[in-house]
Amino acid sequence: MSTDVAHLPRVARKHYGRYVAAILVVAALVAIVVSFAGGQIEWSVVGQYLTAEAILTGVVNTIVMAVLAMIVGVALGVLFAVMRMSQNPVTRAVSALYTWIFRGTPQLLQLFLWFNLALVFPYFVIPGIVEARTVDLMTPFVAALLGLGICQGAYTSEVVRGGILSVDQGQTEAAQAIGMTRFQTMRRIVLPQAMRVILPPIGNEFISMVKLTSLASAIQYQEVLHSAQNIYYANNRVMELLFVATFWYLIVVTILSLGQLVVERRFSRGVRK
Amino acid sequence: MIKAVDVHKRFGAHHVLKGISLEVAAGEVLCVIGPSGSGKSTFLRCVNQLETIDEGAAWVDGELLGWTERDGKLHQLSDAQIARQRRPIGMVFQRFNLFPHMTALENVVEGPIRVLRESRDTARTRALELLERVGLKDKAGAYPSTLSGGQQQRVAIARALAMRPRLMLFDEPTSALDPELVGEVLAVMRDLAASGMTMVVVTHELGFAKEVANQVVFMDDGRVIETGSPDQVLVNPTHERTKTFLSAVL
Repeated sequence: MSTDVAHLPRVARKHYGRYVAAILVVAALVAIVVSFAGGQIEWSVVGQYLTAEAILTGVVNTIVMAVLAMIVGVALGVLFAVMRMSQNPVTRAVSALYTWIFRGTPQLLQLFLWFNLALVFPYFVIPGIVEARTVDLMTPFVAALLGLGICQGAYTSEVVRGGILSVDQGQTEAAQAIGMTRFQTMRRIVLPQAMRVILPPIGNEFISMVKLTSLASAIQYQEVLHSAQNIYYANNRVMELLFVATFWYLIVVTILSLGQLVVERRFSRGVRK
Repeated sequence: MIKAVDVHKRFGAHHVLKGISLEVAAGEVLCVIGPSGSGKSTFLRCVNQLETIDEGAAWVDGELLGWTERDGKLHQLSDAQIARQRRPIGMVFQRFNLFPHMTALENVVEGPIRVLRESRDTARTRALELLERVGLKDKAGAYPSTLSGGQQQRVAIARALAMRPRLMLFDEPTSALDPELVGEVLAVMRDLAASGMTMVVVTHELGFAKEVANQVVFMDDGRVIETGSPDQVLVNPTHERTKTFLSAVL
């Protein structure tokens, strides 16, 4: 056997499949763009409404609702995850019940229930603090925030629980050995490490939440889809306005995805790549 | 410093500790040896209340661990009281258990700042002294994942010392180390013993036990089989089981 080949120049393998796939994909995209460009849709109208005041208000409301509902969701999620893992059987049961109810019913239904709560409780009274008609309190904003946030908490609690379980038991013991309380151990040692596992699915759920806010249009909350619908009810430019909404959802979700990368890097400190 | 009387521990039907009684005087180094599964580590964990004592009692510095006597009964302490009892007891684990999301320095200052409520500056200055003492001052900013096992264990010792403990517990501190790294950790422990620290060391390092211990306890099957000076237990054991164990490991 000759050893002359050991140092011959090397030629990498050719990936013909990739070229074929690229050509097919580009062709398909061109076909789609051409058909839409020649279809019954007026692109100038899309451009005109892209920055209409009602649409922009809708975009802001969508972002505000997604962020607030997510904050409520994560706060409840952490709380109920810790309760679920407590040694106290009562808190464990409460947490299980919460997850069962809010994960077991459609979110649109939950929004309707909150929005119509006044039918059950006409007045909302905490003696000495609040005394009001429930109709006045339960605005579309409040109903949407409660509906989306509380339901999100039920999902997030399972994600957080998984994250906490992923942290080695030795970490808790080491924290206790330096005299930390359960609360300190959870906050300083366990949760920061659990975050690395929790964040990717939470980022995912945040992105879902942006789109879930569109459900709130059903209870008159002025998010971007609701604004688009209001406009096309008046001018009949249905597809044009749906494209406007599509554009804004993609923008918001893209920005969030970039933010997710930054945050994930922050919480992977000390992890060997 | 430590007094244990007839300590029992069960995990379900599994009876791990079957009545451990021993005493450790202040400034003394006790080495606990014995085969795996003999309950050595469990006993150590009972002293730091990572496990509750089912029967019997143990005292550290005259304070009954985990329980308080009232109306002729023992009442279990709250988590906060147990956390307080743990404070003067430092513990070093087989698998180091450094906090991976914190640098070496952050690991060491965490307890002093959060538990002892020391100022950041005081804690930092002292932490750097301790890291220097274990030979790792230049690694203060390093994350545990970038340190060798021996270095991690030395940071863990510094972390325990930062709580100004009166008693140090070592749970097989060199068992997870590559052989060439064992020496650096034992050197730190030897130095600590020479400084007068009271120590309980669960170990397989019989050479270390022979050299440093004031008292050696041989445990098997949840019981103390033999106890005495290193010479008595390691060189001239009287019990058959001790002899069998020593001949197997030496």
